[in-house]
Amino acid sequence: MSLQAVAIPTPRDITTEPRRSDKVFRAVVTTGGLSSLLLLGLIALFLTYRGFEVLRQEGFGFITHSDWSISTDDAGNVLDSHFGLAAMLVGTILCSLIAVAIALPISVFCALFLNFYAPHWLKKIMVTIIDMMAAFPSILFGIWGFLVLMPSVEYWSKLLHRHLGFIPVFDMQVPVYTRSPFVAGVVLAIMIIPIITSVSREIFSQAPLDRIQAAYALGATRWAMIKAVVIPHGRSGVVGGAMLGLGRAMGETVAVFTVLNIVFQINWQMLLGAGGNVASLIILKFGDASPYEIKALMAAGLVLFLLTLVVNGIANFIVKTTGKSGR
Amino acid sequence: MSTTTTVVPTMPWKASPRERVTDIVIFLLALVSSFTIVAVTPMKGKLAYFAIFFIAYAALTSIFKAQQRGSAAAKDALVNSLVAIGAIVTVIPVLSILATVLKKGLPGIGFGLFTHDMALATPTDPLSNGGLLHAITGTLTLVVVALVLSVPIGILTALYLTEIKGKFTGPIRFLVQAMSGVPSIVAGLFILSAVLYPITKAYSGLMGSLSLTILMIPTIARTSEEVLNLIPNDLREAGTALGGTQWRTVAMIVLPAAKSGLITAIILGVARIAGETAPILLLTGGGDKVNPNAFNGPMGSLPYYIWKSFNAGSPEAITRAWAGLLVLIGLVLILFTSARFLGSRKAAK
Repeated sequence: MSLQAVAIPTPRDITTEPRRSDKVFRAVVTTGGLSSLLLLGLIALFLTYRGFEVLRQEGFGFITHSDWSISTDDAGNVLDSHFGLAAMLVGTILCSLIAVAIALPISVFCALFLNFYAPHWLKKIMVTIIDMMAAFPSILFGIWGFLVLMPSVEYWSKLLHRHLGFIPVFDMQVPVYTRSPFVAGVVLAIMIIPIITSVSREIFSQAPLDRIQAAYALGATRWAMIKAVVIPHGRSGVVGGAMLGLGRAMGETVAVFTVLNIVFQINWQMLLGAGGNVASLIILKFGDASPYEIKALMAAGLVLFLLTLVVNGIANFIVKTTGKSGR
Repeated sequence: MSTTTTVVPTMPWKASPRERVTDIVIFLLALVSSFTIVAVTPMKGKLAYFAIFFIAYAALTSIFKAQQRGSAAAKDALVNSLVAIGAIVTVIPVLSILATVLKKGLPGIGFGLFTHDMALATPTDPLSNGGLLHAITGTLTLVVVALVLSVPIGILTALYLTEIKGKFTGPIRFLVQAMSGVPSIVAGLFILSAVLYPITKAYSGLMGSLSLTILMIPTIARTSEEVLNLIPNDLREAGTALGGTQWRTVAMIVLPAAKSGLITAIILGVARIAGETAPILLLTGGGDKVNPNAFNGPMGSLPYYIWKSFNAGSPEAITRAWAGLLVLIGLVLILFTSARFLGSRKAAK
């Protein structure tokens, strides 16, 4: 008998170390995932870099002054320039606040209707319609707002001015109703209704079912149930949704530009046909801007970017925390 | 012989015929009062009819319910009317927009519109001159280039959030959401400052696509993340149990399983950007000729065409703008419907 050489198997390495293919995969996916971080960083960086010269020259006055003028000599050298965004910022905030003030009650009622009143078939149709509305391009809202909606809104402004003129925001000295912040606010309101409605609907649908049924079992009417269960549960989520809408309204460009008359003067009278909007300013001035003015527009873009980023950040935070706390 | 009697089920929650009749009577009363008030008082117009009808209806139902069942029922009836107003007011603009676009856009739609560009015509020419071929091809080019750039990034981001779940998950989810709130004009300015001025120094379709990519990534990433989260973990575990590495599990099992959902995400992203106007105005230069080269020369697009025609202001130009809007909204609705269709088929399985 001959001895056979027996190969002694070496124990296999058991390891949690990922294979090379997995390492590559993870690296690629992580890079892709981090690109959003990179993009946001780059946006802030480049706008600051381009706008730095103007920001340094104007200093804090860039957001507190409201004149926007530049004069150049024939060779294109800048002789004198004043860039201030105050009127535009006030206008942006005014328009978006009007939009939220109009859209919020409508959206909340609509969300309540969809969750607690509508029969199933109607709910399905309306959710489709509202989602579709969110996909409409903003230029459509702008042109429709200018040609179709504006005459009606001007009529409403006249009514408001005549009957509620004693309230300072509805008051004005010269009766010019065309292209006022109010018109822009109404158009924006229509544009942000889908967002606020879908966020509110989501939050309301997370209202605890046992408490809803308990309320009904105690003999509550539908409104009593909503007041006792749904509203306490969804209140802060609705606030978050409204802020999300506010952020969207602040960044809208084309729709506002078509329906708003831009004037470089701070104006809180919402019915007067003179408003401001940072995004629309950029479109308005971009066409024939000199290189130096472009820098000012970049700085304006930076201000708008930071403003919307803060509003959206707070909104997302609120929505996220309510979504969790309800369960 | 004994007769069995069955109890007739009562449905106390259903409206009795009598309640239905009172509902209709109240509705008619509100209608009548709105017409009489508009006829008698100086309040006129659609708004007056609408407002008075709703106030009258809300008041009548509340009073009726208060008398019948007390104040709690009255409040409930009042909220019923308010909620209905909310729903109706939400739907009115959509219907108005669709009706207006159809009514004003259809006269401008003709066969020539889809075979000519505007190289030899201006917006104020008669409608038989020129068309929007360049705009359609331009929009398609912009969208395709944007897709090539944004789909990998968007889906990789979603994969990071669902498959890897590394230590950046929280911040990235937050940033993607923040990114979806970036105003389109800011995306345009960013490309202008970061790419157009320092590198290419000329308007082209690519510049437009780059800005659209920024707007599209968050939509794709967020929708894909939701879809990937719906894929049952059993599938991933089964893949790993069969000896697959994570890479093979994701590529061979998770992604194919989520395919239709991912396509929905991409379509929604396209619908989001197809009508985006502000960055297009800043970056593409808006040519009037069919330009198949995305990397060179000004590129027309539907939003730019609409914008230009609308600002030209003459009746012909406005009709052109509406026709362009009709084509654009048709495109968006087709995309939207196909996304819905794919999404619902996925959910039905």
